[in-house]
Amino acid sequence: MSRRSRSTTGRLPLVLLLPALLGLAFLLVPLIGLLAKAPWSTLPSRLFSAEVWTALRLSLVCATVATLICLLLGIPLAWLLARGNLPGRGLLRALVTVPLVLPPVVGGVALLLVLGRRGLIGQHLDAWFGISLPFTTAGVIVAEAFVAMPFLVISVEGALRAADPRFEEAAATLGASRWLTFRRVTLPSIAPGVVAGAVLCWARALGEFGATITFAGNFPGRTTTMPLAVYLALETDPDVAVVLSIVLLLVSVVVLASLRERWLSGLR
Amino acid sequence: MFRRTALATLAAVATLTLVSCGNDQPAASNNPSTPTLSGTVTVFAAASLTGSFTQLGKDFEAANPGAKVVFNFAGSSALAQQINQGAPADVFASAAPKNMDQVTDKGTPTTFAQNTLEIAVPKGNPGNITGLKDFTDQNKKIALCAAQVPCGAAAEKVFKAVSLTPQPDSLEQDVKAALTKVSLGEVDAALVYKTDVLAAKDKVDGIEFPEADMAINEYPIATLTKGANAAGAKAFVDYVLSDKGKAVLTAAGFAAP
Repeated sequence: MSRRSRSTTGRLPLVLLLPALLGLAFLLVPLIGLLAKAPWSTLPSRLFSAEVWTALRLSLVCATVATLICLLLGIPLAWLLARGNLPGRGLLRALVTVPLVLPPVVGGVALLLVLGRRGLIGQHLDAWFGISLPFTTAGVIVAEAFVAMPFLVISVEGALRAADPRFEEAAATLGASRWLTFRRVTLPSIAPGVVAGAVLCWARALGEFGATITFAGNFPGRTTTMPLAVYLALETDPDVAVVLSIVLLLVSVVVLASLRERWLSGLR
Repeated sequence: MFRRTALATLAAVATLTLVSCGNDQPAASNNPSTPTLSGTVTVFAAASLTGSFTQLGKDFEAANPGAKVVFNFAGSSALAQQINQGAPADVFASAAPKNMDQVTDKGTPTTFAQNTLEIAVPKGNPGNITGLKDFTDQNKKIALCAAQVPCGAAAEKVFKAVSLTPQPDSLEQDVKAALTKVSLGEVDAALVYKTDVLAAKDKVDGIEFPEADMAINEYPIATLTKGANAAGAKAFVDYVLSDKGKAVLTAAGFAAP
């Protein structure tokens, strides 16, 4: 991939290159600010505290499980939006993106109103099964999945719409059922879109703050993910907040970069 | 983090816009002898002051027709950081002396109000909460403020004083978040400020407890020396400290210092 981009740089027109570099700087300069402000001398001692690792582990587990849930529900939803002949599909597509537009804290309140102890569905979950999602790790996963799923759905739907339907038609004429066609023809052809969507989804879930703290609350080891720890550290010791942010950034960049390289280059 | 940054940006943009509007008029700061105040007074105030200070701002504008008061309400520590990073503010009203101390360029702070903790329960008290000892019950859903924020520090102090170990289900990021959990019925009880219970009296009931006196929260106010409207800042602080100001604060549940 890197070889290909290098060979095309020479032909890149200046009118594109300048804003591209400006855009890159815009995204990276705040990161440099964070690195410049980091208390490097005390960084190791701050890193190896139990709270940091507990929060980091919880963040990684929750974001990963939330992404898996999004894949399970999001790919079929994207398929429905792209291929299903539903009335009012445009409206449905717009509604799917609601969690993107909604301020995450409002999303968290909405989840409480539905899945909370007194919520529309939550009150029955509590009465019948004794399940109460708020203040649990499962609650964190629900909040993250709610906020992150649109990224996956939009990405997969775009891939589905760009995929050539003639392969599916050919499979159908050869006698394959729709489920077989989906598994063996459609899914492989949209794999890059699915991976890109999953990566976005995971990254969004990892950084989730507003819906998580509103719906799942904040308790160390149970619902305190890294972004929550960063927010609370900022109240008393901004240096610790900077360290935590750098850890979160580092982990996410390493995971995303390695995943993208492996998956996307393998697929091309 | 994200929200904090967005908030700070918003606040900065808002205050910048307003300050530049204020500069179109003859600024009072350049001419302290002018009897009538003019221009914009930018006040950074703790989130728990939202209701009472909005009211005070309206009263102040009515008493000084040339003046306009603009507020930025947020957590005291966030506000202190914004001020130290150069956010244009004339007055800072903090929910804790600690956050006032963090601000460097300011006049002498004056304590203008006190706030005490109270137990907040959902309307009708479904969890049958009677006092602080219920906070140690594993079977009850309990929310406290995180120890990093003033209401959490105060709660910690109270529980230490009565030698109880609370069993919270959540440590909320600010007092309003703890209150939201109560008003939605997600928790059986939370420790919040008396003023918060009063402001949400349609949705929550308050239970007073004697040990609250052990953690009284003091609210200091000060003018900021880097502000653009020194005369306006002083006038606003004086108004908060006046009898009229005290009346508004008392009505909201604050105690006089």
